[in-house]
Amino acid sequence: MELDPVLLSRLQFAFVISFHIIFPAFTIGLAAWLATIEGVRLATGKPIYRRVFDFWLRIFALSFAMGVVTGIVMAFQFGTNWSVLSERAGPIQGPLLGYEGFTAFMLEATFFGVMLLGRNRVPPWFYFLSCCMVSLGTMFSSFWILCNNSWMQVPLGHAFVDGKIVPDDWWAITTGPIVRVRWPHMLLAAFLTTGMSIIATGAWHMLRGRHLQEARVMLHWGIGLVAVIIPIQMVFGHLTGDYVLKYQPEKFAAIEARWQTQQPASEVLFAIPDPSAQRNLFAIEVPRLGSFVASGDWTSKEIGLEAYPPEDRPPVVIPFFAFRIMVGMGLIMLAVSWVGVALVWRGRLESARWFLWAAFLSFPTGFVGVLCGWYTAEVGRQPWVIYHILRTEDAITPSLTGGVALFSLIAYVVVYTVIYSFGLTYIYRLLQRGPAAEPEAVSQLPGRPIAAALQGGEPLQGSEQ
Amino acid sequence: MMGEPSALALFWVAAIAFAIVAYVILDGFDLGVGILFGVSENEARRDAMLAAISPFWDGNETWLVMIGASLFAAFPMAYAVFLPAFYIPVLLMLFGLIFRGVGFEFRHRGARGFWEGGFFIGSTVAAFVQGAAVGAMIRGIPVANGQYAGGAFAWLAPLPVLTGVGLVFGYALLGAGWLVMKSDGELREWARKRIPWLVVLVLVVLALAFVAAVFERRQIGAGLADRRWGLVFPALGLLAMAGVFIGVRQRRDGVPFAMTVAFFFAAFLTLAVLFWPYMIPYQVTVANAAAPDKSLTFLFWGAGVFVLPVIVIYTAVVYWVFRGKLRNGYGRDGTDDGGQQKKLI
Repeated sequence: MELDPVLLSRLQFAFVISFHIIFPAFTIGLAAWLATIEGVRLATGKPIYRRVFDFWLRIFALSFAMGVVTGIVMAFQFGTNWSVLSERAGPIQGPLLGYEGFTAFMLEATFFGVMLLGRNRVPPWFYFLSCCMVSLGTMFSSFWILCNNSWMQVPLGHAFVDGKIVPDDWWAITTGPIVRVRWPHMLLAAFLTTGMSIIATGAWHMLRGRHLQEARVMLHWGIGLVAVIIPIQMVFGHLTGDYVLKYQPEKFAAIEARWQTQQPASEVLFAIPDPSAQRNLFAIEVPRLGSFVASGDWTSKEIGLEAYPPEDRPPVVIPFFAFRIMVGMGLIMLAVSWVGVALVWRGRLESARWFLWAAFLSFPTGFVGVLCGWYTAEVGRQPWVIYHILRTEDAITPSLTGGVALFSLIAYVVVYTVIYSFGLTYIYRLLQRGPAAEPEAVSQLPGRPIAAALQGGEPLQGSEQ
Repeated sequence: MMGEPSALALFWVAAIAFAIVAYVILDGFDLGVGILFGVSENEARRDAMLAAISPFWDGNETWLVMIGASLFAAFPMAYAVFLPAFYIPVLLMLFGLIFRGVGFEFRHRGARGFWEGGFFIGSTVAAFVQGAAVGAMIRGIPVANGQYAGGAFAWLAPLPVLTGVGLVFGYALLGAGWLVMKSDGELREWARKRIPWLVVLVLVVLALAFVAAVFERRQIGAGLADRRWGLVFPALGLLAMAGVFIGVRQRRDGVPFAMTVAFFFAAFLTLAVLFWPYMIPYQVTVANAAAPDKSLTFLFWGAGVFVLPVIVIYTAVVYWVFRGKLRNGYGRDGTDDGGQQKKLI
């Protein structure tokens, strides 16, 4: 069998980016949460907020470290496996990714150190400022990534000079209509991911009857934040769908598993798409709803995949299912947070064990939602790496052979499995241990996030081993 | 040769050159301590070695990200040739750095032998492939149509292997110099005893590499032939090595490290004379590899004017805060907090 370097490189990129995105998605929200809770502590002076802060700070430090380690790998993926993409789109993607790297670098180099180690060495207002700056930094970081990816989805603000892609209008590249919708969509997704994790952690400790005071703070704040954010996220989700319909109609048709152009179009709620026969098996459809979903009009004509040449059609199965799973996760978040608000309202939150179990089990909803959203966006963009400019199969490193690509893919899987099993075990232990009784100095070491995180738990080390 | 590089392109060459020198010297000493870590069995000494680099290593490594990000941003074509040419070395280096980074932290949490082995091997592998990349660049990198046109193992020739081994010894020398400077007692004596041997090993391996380079007989040395004044740099490198010896003999703790740094500067400048005006020797010039001016300008006003100075200042502050001998180390094992409890602002 011939090993295909394009397929193997795509698998490798999907693997390393999937394992990477989990951590930034979590830390963007955590940084904002930590800044919020530190601000509340500063305003109210209640020690409970300090305990909650210190607990999440350790989780943050570990997650941040995992994000940095897997992020360094990402910085080299474009060059090693997609060198034609790097060369052709480098004048635009290079500066955007460069700024992302510099932003993350600055963040780690300056305020992150203060946040982790400087509690006793700087005035409280400056410590709070550092928390805010770290949060701002993570958001900036995601901004550059979204600029870059949005440009690959819908290229804007570039020109061709002698066949080379050159930037023409940085303003359009960084603040175009696509970025304006997708960046908030990603930010809110990150907030929701963290919010659901906080709710689940609070519910877990509540169920175990431990750290009740802290668990209450986590539950109340988490439920409140998610309940407010989820409707806003749904609006931005809708706006994202609008841009896909307008700029990437093939992707829209793939998400909807719409093989034929229809007027009025029906909405496929569930089906098993069969790409070889270009039809849906076991389809559950609602007539006319498809037109309404796409255009807000019950009779509009909606384009199907048949309108495009076969070589330009995106895959259907992954975007179709990934999109539906993402929406499902959003609905679970909506249900958990709004039911939670109702229970808080009636003062029955802590006795409703069925709810606490549901909240605990919905821990992964944010992570699954983020991953599925990205799968929808990225697989739906195929067969293009830069939409309608460069095909994925043409972007591959010409010198890369299938054997070498297979070797690196296996190596990444093995190394990540080792590192992740340890890293996740440590995060799990920190979550399980719960907040410490008294605030403590986290560590004396700058630039050592993992050690700082582990050190926070040192008093319990003996009992574990 | 086509065209002169623009002023902006020259700025970014200078910025990347600065980042490379900063990386090689800073991460060089902590990778070197990782290499020496493997030849020391004594647990107390191992703890002291790690304590001497613990406040610094993480920040040192981020210079690598700086190099990668700047190269992609300012010279996308060089980035697109360089990384495929070193596909396997880059992979090995990343794994080396990952295992080294987590090994540093996880060794106290069980499976100590595994993580300590990972720390040593990770450091050594990272040093070796960085050195091998230099050797492969001296040999020249085949390029066709703006893309790398060689095999996955083209870098694995005698010259790159020698430069790889040479850099392992070179980093170990930097690390030993650092330990002499930053520690005292048993560890300082242990490290000082190893410095003369490391100097000899570096020079022997470099001599072998020179012989291998002569055998290659390609374009190697064309840059030096055009610019004979460049021979002053290898000469200064030899002088610096003599300085290392003198520093050891006179038992002056700062001199071996400082002289090794001077040696690395001389080696870098020698390579610069050898390669200029090529970004990818001997195919792609700086001018050809540079991104369009609109990209470089966009990058300049944020990253060049603002980010780079902040990083330099921050690095300087960290080294200032942790200046002097690190007696009991900082951190988990140490109780000595001397001097560092000063308010940061």
